[in-house]
Amino acid sequence: MLAPDIILAAVLNGLMTGSIYALVALGLTLVYGVLHIINFAHGATLTAAMFAAYVAQTALGIDPYLALLPVTLLFFVLGYAVQRFVIGPASHGEDRNILLVTLGLSIVIENAMLAIFRSDTRSIDVPYAFESIDLGFTFLAVPRVAAFGVALIVALLLGFLLRATDTGRAIRAVAREKTGAALAGIDVPHIYAVTFGLGAASVAIAACLLMPTFYVTPRAGNAFVLVAFTIVVLGGMGSIPGALLGALFIGVVESLCGLFLGESLGQIGIFLIFILVLLVKPTGLFGARA
Amino acid sequence: MLEVKGLVAGYGGTEVLRGIDLSVGAGEIVAVLGANGVGKTTLNRALSGLIKPRAGSIRFEETEIGGLKPAAIVSAGLIHVPEGRRIFPNMSVRDNLVLGSYRRGKPGRQANLERIFTLFPRLRERATQAAGTLSGGEQQMLAIGRGLMGEPRLLILDEPSLGLSPLLVEEMFALVARIAADGLAVLLVEQNVVQSLELAARAYVLENGRIVVSGQAKDIAADPALKHAYLGL
Ligand SMILES: Nc1ncnc2c1ncn2[C@@H]1O[C@H](COP(=O)(O)OP(=O)(O)O)[C@@H](O)[C@H]1O
Ligand SMILES: [Mg+2]
Repeated sequence: MLAPDIILAAVLNGLMTGSIYALVALGLTLVYGVLHIINFAHGATLTAAMFAAYVAQTALGIDPYLALLPVTLLFFVLGYAVQRFVIGPASHGEDRNILLVTLGLSIVIENAMLAIFRSDTRSIDVPYAFESIDLGFTFLAVPRVAAFGVALIVALLLGFLLRATDTGRAIRAVAREKTGAALAGIDVPHIYAVTFGLGAASVAIAACLLMPTFYVTPRAGNAFVLVAFTIVVLGGMGSIPGALLGALFIGVVESLCGLFLGESLGQIGIFLIFILVLLVKPTGLFGARA
Repeated sequence: MLEVKGLVAGYGGTEVLRGIDLSVGAGEIVAVLGANGVGKTTLNRALSGLIKPRAGSIRFEETEIGGLKPAAIVSAGLIHVPEGRRIFPNMSVRDNLVLGSYRRGKPGRQANLERIFTLFPRLRERATQAAGTLSGGEQQMLAIGRGLMGEPRLLILDEPSLGLSPLLVEEMFALVARIAADGLAVLLVEQNVVQSLELAARAYVLENGRIVVSGQAKDIAADPALKHAYLGL
């Protein structure tokens, strides 16, 4: 039997990994909840944002934490523009078309990055990469604690935006009743684009939080999105609290499985849970809410 | 206030409206009557910008609004309370009402909310409840309330009494009379012919994509041959 200290440390580490998953899953579930499509370009967007943070640090000398705000804004604008001027017009209101357009986009983005950066694994050097906080029974890496804190703040801000602002209310309205929303004077294509922009912004934040401790390749984002997809199904497609809690839960499961089964098998637990949820409660633990 | 001339609209290959002329004056209640499927809802959808007119003109307060986006038409003060209510079922009653002032009437939001809660005390009681849990009558009140939150100059009501019990139908017509008494112009689309003709000043009867009868509501109500031929009474 392992000592409780070690298990507790694994749980804490799992929560910190989970917070990154949460950011990726929030973007995915938000877009699903409102546009009713799986955004296949989500992984490529995450990769692109990681490269953006990489370039900011290596070429411009901007620390990833300082790059967080501008990169996030940039990706919001890019996401907005892509939905408004590419996906929206190309889809002619058909969900199937939107799906194909996002799939095409992901191929374009991935290959563009492959052309620019080659398939090398790249990482950045930051002075605080190996700093840690001593809890007595374990050490927590500072960049991961920072990621956890920022991710929670972002999730709360997103919740506040959706509950307490007109734009957020409009997003929730469009998610369920497009015609009613249009008749209330809501510009539906604009709200779709804002939602898509928020999805891109949330992975941009994840990317900046990841880069101090992680590496990037032209396919780096896909692994995260695969896990995020599991989380979105687990938490209930379209549910914001479901994505947050599901992500933290999955992070802990992965960490504990890694502890008991060995590092390389950590993700097995995730996919076992995924299959179990699909069998037992396909609407997810939190039902499907927008 | 609203001046429609030669309006043609439809879906895909089918032409539903084949040249509609219609007008609503300031503060007037005008009824649009007609059997199921004649194109009453299509007319409303064209007026509020949900579908693009294929020909003809729609002038609202001296400006052409034909073909504008729904948001722009709401901004102008023409607000359409749709058939089937189209409320936001996942959101609270209060948030539904608040969104009624998303595009127009934002400065007056708090005052209007209070006014609507006074008009519909049931909505006040259920302010924090999800709108999807309301009864049909309450949902209709909410849909009208949401429309009023945008401070309309002209309100289009598409079959507000549809699916309500006879008692609630009476209540709904009384309510429409009450909101129109403040000088609000109303275009009332209905299948409840008798009540609509009592309430409206003028009426149009739609058939086959055209206006077949128009005139003072009391004249139409008093003409048995006309009512028999076009309104199935
Ligand atoms: N979205 C649509 N696509 C194609 N045809 C439609 C659509 N909506 C209505 N129609 C057709 O248009 C005609 C008029 O419908 P509608 O305007 O809803 O009538 P009403 O409101 O008077 O009952 C009907 O024949 C109906 O089948
Ligand atoms: Mg109708």
